[in-house]
Amino acid sequence: MQTINNIEQEIIEEFEIYDDWMDKYEFLISYGKELAPMDETLKTDDKLIKGCQSKVWVDASFDGEVMHFSADADAIVTKGIIGLLVRVLDKQKPEDIAKAELKFIDEIGLKEHLSPTRSNGLVSMVKQMKMAAIQALS
Amino acid sequence: MYSKALEPQNIFPTFAKDYNKMKSFNVEQIRADFPILRGEVYNKPLVYLDNGASSQKPNLVIDGVRAYYQNENANIHRGVHYLSQEATTRYEDARQTIAKAINARHNHEVIFTKGATESINLVAFSFGELLQKGDEILISHMEHHANIVPWQMLCERKGTVLKVIPMLENGTLDMMAFDTLLTEKTKLLAVVHISNTLGTINPIEEMIAKAHQVGAKVLIDAAQSIQHQRLDVQAMNCDFLVFSGHKVFAPTGTGILYGKEELLNDMPPYQGGGDMIDRVTFEKTTYNTLPHKFEAGTPHISGGIGLGLAFEYLNSIDFEGAMKHEKALLEYATEKLLTIDGLRIYGTADNKASTISFLIEGAHPFDVGVLLDKQGIAVRTGHHCTQPIMDFYGIPGTVRASFAFYNTFEEVDALRKALERAAGILR
Repeated sequence: MQTINNIEQEIIEEFEIYDDWMDKYEFLISYGKELAPMDETLKTDDKLIKGCQSKVWVDASFDGEVMHFSADADAIVTKGIIGLLVRVLDKQKPEDIAKAELKFIDEIGLKEHLSPTRSNGLVSMVKQMKMAAIQALS
Repeated sequence: MYSKALEPQNIFPTFAKDYNKMKSFNVEQIRADFPILRGEVYNKPLVYLDNGASSQKPNLVIDGVRAYYQNENANIHRGVHYLSQEATTRYEDARQTIAKAINARHNHEVIFTKGATESINLVAFSFGELLQKGDEILISHMEHHANIVPWQMLCERKGTVLKVIPMLENGTLDMMAFDTLLTEKTKLLAVVHISNTLGTINPIEEMIAKAHQVGAKVLIDAAQSIQHQRLDVQAMNCDFLVFSGHKVFAPTGTGILYGKEELLNDMPPYQGGGDMIDRVTFEKTTYNTLPHKFEAGTPHISGGIGLGLAFEYLNSIDFEGAMKHEKALLEYATEKLLTIDGLRIYGTADNKASTISFLIEGAHPFDVGVLLDKQGIAVRTGHHCTQPIMDFYGIPGTVRASFAFYNTFEEVDALRKALERAAGILR
């Protein structure tokens, strides 16, 4: 199993080849489009993340060893972002998730989405996933 | 310390004179007055089409606010010293400029607030105190949340009843329903002049006249019309009119409540504090006269001065020409956008301001907004603080391009091109 850092590095390298903002977002969008759809029955209101302009659902579960995440969004940019987060944090130990710095967000140029008031609520997504990990620990 | 250049008459009038050179409308000349429009985002020229959310500021306003802080900063209305008196004069001159711009009968009918939202809350509280249980407040389906929630809060507090004029598919008000909903129980009609989401210009003159026939007072939300039209509160005969400064080329945190003198006199104060009092004792406090009764505490002095300067700027340009230019931009943009496959415009009233809300089939408005942003184009996406309109159309939000007189036809072309690219990526 790859570590969080390894997966982050992989993503950074994938994005590195694009200097143009539009190309980066095109890549993010194509990534979002390719993501496996979330099981429709999991898209319940309690899994909706508040503070997003688009609808974002995150499902989290703990199997006693690692966390399992699945997610979906009705906007593709948002789906691409949440997809990256799932890729990094899925099947990781809750203690590793809780302390993950997620530097890749800054490195690939999505930092602008980190401001707590940004309408896509990247902060809320990360918070919700970390909360689930912290709950699994307790 | 003393310099002749710092004498008040040498500070502001100089600016005004420079701006008076403009005779006929020339968009390039206008753009030169707004320094931010020369900027770039993501190495692309900025195309600013989010004027409905906030407008950019001309040098006259930027320099004027700076000059105030550099040369005249002091608290107003109470000071015995030179700077305080100068600041007071400047602030009260701004009030006069604004009163003149909207043709208020008296300067003291113009109350400085921090924005349209505060102006509406002031009326909802103070005028609301005069209302009784069962009295009705009539609003419309296309109101901004700021003209819905304060009335809902009033209804909870006083037992008044909120009624809503429905909307038709093209984004205009159902005037037949309006006639039915307006009754002798209606004490206040609070309606938006121009919809921030749809651009619809409502027939407020007709609505005001009809409301007065049943004895109702009328509040006009002019947040989206003050920058697009010349407003004459006496001609339209509204009882209250509100707008925000930042949407009319002035600093943020400024706004105006216009109210008819006799109404404002009848209403209790909104907030207590300094400046709004006549005499304070622990037994009984008496209140100051208009406009101070509604202006508790030290106001946003530099902002108020900036708001006055924004109107001076509008006075200095060919505003009729600017309005014609905006109309031409609206027509051109509507035509251009409709050539994009699967694009639907929400709000297709015959009488519209230069605001276009739209969706591209199969693309989420947020995605469209992000991809326009990366191409240097600033638009707004989402529900635009008008969730009932979104519910009406059954959509999550729209993309909104809102034009000001400093926008150009080339910018419309840039929008169209960027939208084609975004649509291609998203579909």
